[in-house]
Amino acid sequence: MLKWLEKNLPKIVMAPAVGLIGWFVYGFVLWTLYISFTNSKILPKYELWGVGQYVKLWGSRKWLIAVDNLLIFTALFLIFCVVIGIILAIFLDQKIRAEGVLRTIYLYPMALSFIVTGTAWKWILNPTLGIQKMFIDWGFENFTFDWLVNREMAIYTIVIAGVWQSAGFVMALFLAGLRSVEDEIVKAAKIDGANLFTVYWKILLPMMRPVFFTSFVILVHISIKSYDLIVALTQGGPGISTTMPALYMTQTAFHKSQVGLSAASAMMMFMAVAAVIIPYLYSELRRENAR
Amino acid sequence: MQDKTHSSYKQLEQKSKYTNMFLRWFLYFVLVIFALYFIFPLYVMVVTSLKTMEEIRQGTLLTWPSGLNFDSWLVAWGGRGYGAGDTFLKPYFWNSIKMVVPAVFFSTFIGAMAGYVLTKWRFKGDKWVFLFLLFGCFIPYQAILLPMARTLGVLGISNSVIGLVLVHTVYGIPFTTLFFRNFYVSIPSELVKAARIDGAGFFKIFFKILLPVSTPIIVVTIIWQFTQIWNDFLFGSTFSFGEAAPIQVALNNMVLSSTSVKEYNVDMASAIIAGIPTLIVYVLAGKYFIRGLTSGAVKG
Repeated sequence: MLKWLEKNLPKIVMAPAVGLIGWFVYGFVLWTLYISFTNSKILPKYELWGVGQYVKLWGSRKWLIAVDNLLIFTALFLIFCVVIGIILAIFLDQKIRAEGVLRTIYLYPMALSFIVTGTAWKWILNPTLGIQKMFIDWGFENFTFDWLVNREMAIYTIVIAGVWQSAGFVMALFLAGLRSVEDEIVKAAKIDGANLFTVYWKILLPMMRPVFFTSFVILVHISIKSYDLIVALTQGGPGISTTMPALYMTQTAFHKSQVGLSAASAMMMFMAVAAVIIPYLYSELRRENAR
Repeated sequence: MQDKTHSSYKQLEQKSKYTNMFLRWFLYFVLVIFALYFIFPLYVMVVTSLKTMEEIRQGTLLTWPSGLNFDSWLVAWGGRGYGAGDTFLKPYFWNSIKMVVPAVFFSTFIGAMAGYVLTKWRFKGDKWVFLFLLFGCFIPYQAILLPMARTLGVLGISNSVIGLVLVHTVYGIPFTTLFFRNFYVSIPSELVKAARIDGAGFFKIFFKILLPVSTPIIVVTIIWQFTQIWNDFLFGSTFSFGEAAPIQVALNNMVLSSTSVKEYNVDMASAIIAGIPTLIVYVLAGKYFIRGLTSGAVKG
């Protein structure tokens, strides 16, 4: 008995982690999947109902708006974070004075919660006392900046705050990537007469393919899960103009008591994340095995 | 002839010096502009929190406050002193502390053990077990919210700090395991093998050989978990309300409560209070913070 215990001790120690994740991650996802095929309202029902909830979901105007918003947000969030992140990383890589201070400034938003970020930007962007008033007081009398309360534009305020929070992180990833390139490569290119622009555009940035890939995966992942920022900044409004899938899911479950429908929306999110993550995990594992 | 070439070379050098200088200025200009963009909200938060509402209405976002007036901070932290409807952060700040400390401890401990087994006591299929755990880093939590809510209800710990400790411990395990596994992989297994030949057991090896060199990864893990759990809103807002709510939920409720006039100074003071613990950690241990970020940031 003691011998058996000694032999299997590593597995016993491993058991809590595996058991908890098996139950709370895999078991729960399967439960949600099952419920998405039932007609559950306030309480879960266990008779199967087919794909009715998915049909209902994709026929719902609110869900379509949420998906639309997600696509707009993801595209802009990605582009701005990556462009700003790369510019900052390349510029910081030029033996800049006070690099440490600048880096700290670019990255500190990552330490804040989206609720804090949202609260701050909500105040900055509010039309009566925020940025709009600042410009009017500076003499631009006709300046208007009411995106926060404008149905058409409110989604872009979420982009502004989101980029502010995450661009520094992309900078950190690229800076680490650039620093890991051997000096010899850059030196050789310079001896061959390449200017700095060519060195980055033709040599270094193409070498950053894995960093691009990682940033892409992380940013898409953040945007699919965006919830807190929207709650703090617009609560999905004005009207339902800034609803996103994560917000749709919780509202349908906990305010509208449509458990089945909300499970269906959660599974759509799950599949979207899986579509991005599984290729990523696959390539990461291959890279590790190749090493 | 030679003189001529020499002088033209000199000219060229001079010219490139000017372009270089111009480029340097341009570089610093862009970097400073971005620094201002990033610092702007923090600046606005701090000065707004120090102003009276009268000052806020009269000035702009950038106006310097007339003095160091911490009234809004006191209201945000301790309330105005009248009973019902007086929400303030103090009790929720303590809720968050009571939630963070055990959750960080348990998840770090379980992750350290899992990482240790996965690298130093390898067994058949251990790679698959790692993958099995790793996938938990990526799932959108919406896919587990409904069953989690039911489970907490069945266990009788919904709307309690204990419930949130459980939730954060469980969903932290994939990350802590990832951190410790990747760290222990780089520690030579020869040491462990030698100790095993000498008859050292499972726990002795961990405490005598691995734990003493684990400080950096423990710091990274604790900072990562602390930041994640402190900043969480989704779990907090779904599984707790009223008195058991953590600070981010309380902050959001305070800002959204539409009773009477909006007090932006109190809102900003509250936001700073809710953000200060993680900011302090970031400033004091930025290096570890970034290390955690780059290896675990797949979490949204």
